[in-house]
Amino acid sequence: MGLVMPLSVCTFSGFFKSFTSPIHVLIPCSEVTSVICGTLHSVDQYLNIKLTDISVTDPEKYPHMLSVKNCFIRGSVVRYVQLPADEVDTQLLQDAARKEALQQKQ
Amino acid sequence: MRLVTLSLILSLFLSPEKHLVLLRDGRTLIGFLRSIDQFANLVLHQTVERIHVGKKYGDIPRGIFVVRGENVVLLGEIDLEKESDTPLQQVSIEEILEEQRAEQQAKLEAEKLKVQALKDRGLSIPRADTLDEY
Repeated sequence: MGLVMPLSVCTFSGFFKSFTSPIHVLIPCSEVTSVICGTLHSVDQYLNIKLTDISVTDPEKYPHMLSVKNCFIRGSVVRYVQLPADEVDTQLLQDAARKEALQQKQ
Repeated sequence: MRLVTLSLILSLFLSPEKHLVLLRDGRTLIGFLRSIDQFANLVLHQTVERIHVGKKYGDIPRGIFVVRGENVVLLGEIDLEKESDTPLQQVSIEEILEEQRAEQQAKLEAEKLKVQALKDRGLSIPRADTLDEY
């Protein structure tokens, strides 16, 4: 997490920003592994994520999240993010990533 | 670029409500967020450590906390209306500590049985003691 931001993160931030409406699932990794579902509010360069309208998929294992509606999740603890498949234009993403890679080479 | 992170994080400052912080070691802290930076280092005021066991919970008052960002998993805004109608039951500190101790004990024993069963079959699970940091 240095000062230099790799261009790939740039692409990802832009990619994430296009998901503002649908719900996606996010899993923080730690001693407290859990799946959190919510609407993506914003992402930053460290891939910290802000979600609104949270719901936890296992509320019995996770009672403390019951009274929380929005949250900020530190990028370093996320294991993976599951996105709705129909929102992703893989062709566009692939082309954008290729362009970035070419630019980086030059 | 750093402005993006800051604006994302600073928007958390706007609410006068309490915040809930989940730490990597599994602890839950609830308090007023007084300060945050780009590493997610936090300063919490009038903090309470909440311990959950089953359907019960207990609050231990802790005062002012400075949390190093790398230990933060999640930071959430507590919705006061939702807070007032939780199915959870608050108990005294001694009781919740006792319940927690019992739960840890049960977990350790289950773990011991598991490890023993694996050992009998000649297998072992490597423990993930620390997370990878980059």
